[in-house]
Amino acid sequence: MGKTLSQKIWDSHVVHSGSGEPDLLYIDLHLVHEVTSPQAFDGLRINGRKVRRPDLTVSTEDHNVPTENIDQPIEDEISLKQIETLRANAREFGITHYPMGHPNQGIVHVIGPELGLTQPGMTVVCGDSHTSTHGAFGALAFGIGTSEVEHVLATQTLPQPIQETMAITILGELPPQSSAKDVVLAVLGAAGTGGGIGAIAEFRGPVIEALSMEGRMTVCNMSIEFGAKAGLIAPDRTTFEYLKGKPNSPTGELWENAVAEWQKLRSDDDAVFDREIVLNGNEIVPQITWGTNPGQVIPVQGTVPNPDDFEDPAEREAAERALEYMGLEADTPMSSVPVDTVFIGSCTNSRIEDLRAAAAIIEGRKVSAGVRTLVVPGSGLVKEQAEKEGLDKIFKGAGFDWREPGCSMCLAMNPDKLSPRERSASTSNRNFEGRQGRGGRTHLVSPQVAAATAIAGYFATPEDL
Amino acid sequence: MEPVHIIQGTAVPLDRSDVDTDQIIPSDWLKRVERTGFEKGLFSEWKDDPEFVLNDEAYSAASILIAGPNFGTGSSREHAVWAIQQAGFKAVISPRFGPIFKNNSTKNGLVPVEVETKVGNRLLEEVQRQPLLEFVIDIERALVEIPEINFEFGFPLDQSVQERLLNGLDDISITLANETSISRFEESRLAWLPSQK
Repeated sequence: MGKTLSQKIWDSHVVHSGSGEPDLLYIDLHLVHEVTSPQAFDGLRINGRKVRRPDLTVSTEDHNVPTENIDQPIEDEISLKQIETLRANAREFGITHYPMGHPNQGIVHVIGPELGLTQPGMTVVCGDSHTSTHGAFGALAFGIGTSEVEHVLATQTLPQPIQETMAITILGELPPQSSAKDVVLAVLGAAGTGGGIGAIAEFRGPVIEALSMEGRMTVCNMSIEFGAKAGLIAPDRTTFEYLKGKPNSPTGELWENAVAEWQKLRSDDDAVFDREIVLNGNEIVPQITWGTNPGQVIPVQGTVPNPDDFEDPAEREAAERALEYMGLEADTPMSSVPVDTVFIGSCTNSRIEDLRAAAAIIEGRKVSAGVRTLVVPGSGLVKEQAEKEGLDKIFKGAGFDWREPGCSMCLAMNPDKLSPRERSASTSNRNFEGRQGRGGRTHLVSPQVAAATAIAGYFATPEDL
Repeated sequence: MEPVHIIQGTAVPLDRSDVDTDQIIPSDWLKRVERTGFEKGLFSEWKDDPEFVLNDEAYSAASILIAGPNFGTGSSREHAVWAIQQAGFKAVISPRFGPIFKNNSTKNGLVPVEVETKVGNRLLEEVQRQPLLEFVIDIERALVEIPEINFEFGFPLDQSVQERLLNGLDDISITLANETSISRFEESRLAWLPSQK
């Protein structure tokens, strides 16, 4: 029997295996940020340990950083202390660090790929659940907790139990209004929040193959939302073209050797997956979440579900609670629900292509009166590129706030937050209660839907404008 | 990590599904650089509601948390585990756990007890009826016993996780025993892999 892509990468990274023991995997790249690392560095100091491979470790500050006035001192003292702690740790342990204001600074999952640090066949970890993003390159990438961050810092390895394999195949062709975000939201609708637990998911099929690297990153990014350990996509010409010439990509003869090796990174034809989901891409219309977990998803042009229609009592109860929290009535058309805030950003949708797609919709239009709108580029490089293309002018001209890079309103650790009962259309990845600010009501959408919603003032697809 | 053999105590029924890590500990709490002091952040948004089950005096001594399916989904924040432990809990029972949360739990000696949905629902009902019902969780036998209602059930526990819990072992020292294998592996890594040297 053949092997799947994830099994091939796994097998090529086993340092040690023993019966009854998890495999010990070598880690090729460890990305570090301010939130999940301070206690790990403390652990190293307490035990007199060093960072084994500072050369395979890169850190940046993203979760906490303000997105305005970054030339001023950070006002929130606790955030400031956490960021200064990371800078001091990076200095002490000899780790490359990109601080706020540096062109390479940004959301970890945006900077890794754009610096060419993420390459096919690698193992990538980070103390952040959206590390699955890097799977878009055919890498095995997953989020870890702080104990594991300390483990990787000290040993450059991680003990990992074998995972099941899962194939998610998207057939056909996407309708023109739909994007990668709609694909992954549709997968979430089908899999639910627990459908991937215990498995590594491989996305494949013609719809996935037709996506750009940015789109593939959006899809892999949300793998953790259905519980998968990781999500990945076989590398192909699109991948190689993206990587060619990136700062950390191989050059010359090494590039040729690398591409030859990367081309072998695909699941064998006779590989058998433990689980399988097949969706028809032609039916994937623009999606939106209505509830408080990312599996609670409907078409933007649909209506709020009625809890009575759920057969499973737990799901019915969850739906009732979600509607109460979200301040929504069953059977309401989403297109009649007004929004207060539109957020374009996060490790899911803050790359250049996302900003281009949103800008194309708002160009020559104005944000609906009273709607707060912000665009937060994923990194210094994305911001620079967008400004070179004049996208910042389009956003500002329409009434959007154009901000500095960071995680921002995705998780409300910096000053960008929703107020209680404030409703957002957000291109981020989680609509949990309070995720974007206490009492805030989040609806997850694509950049295209976010842009159209900002103009309409109500949830809308570009087609509705 | 302290070794864990037997957990004996009462339980609190948190009858909700999809309790994500943003509910367990909201992101404002993650700015701290310490490893302690997270108990006040546990479910802090729900705790304002006097009806919230963790505010119920009847359950104030509970050391086991029983929840609906998909407990601990969402972010990788280990702060969620620290908050639960620092609030006095030693085990969480749920039909399904978020994978990173589950992993983080065992690294800290918080025992995730995965049960069938049917069993989970029964436990929630029993504890809602009898707040002082005594549970015994035996790590060595991977077994939960509730003598008063004559009910017991096993739960899945990976052999290596069980060993680490029972002996309070530190993963890093175990791994470093394989130092020679790590060094040997490093010699054969592909030439083009990125490095910040």
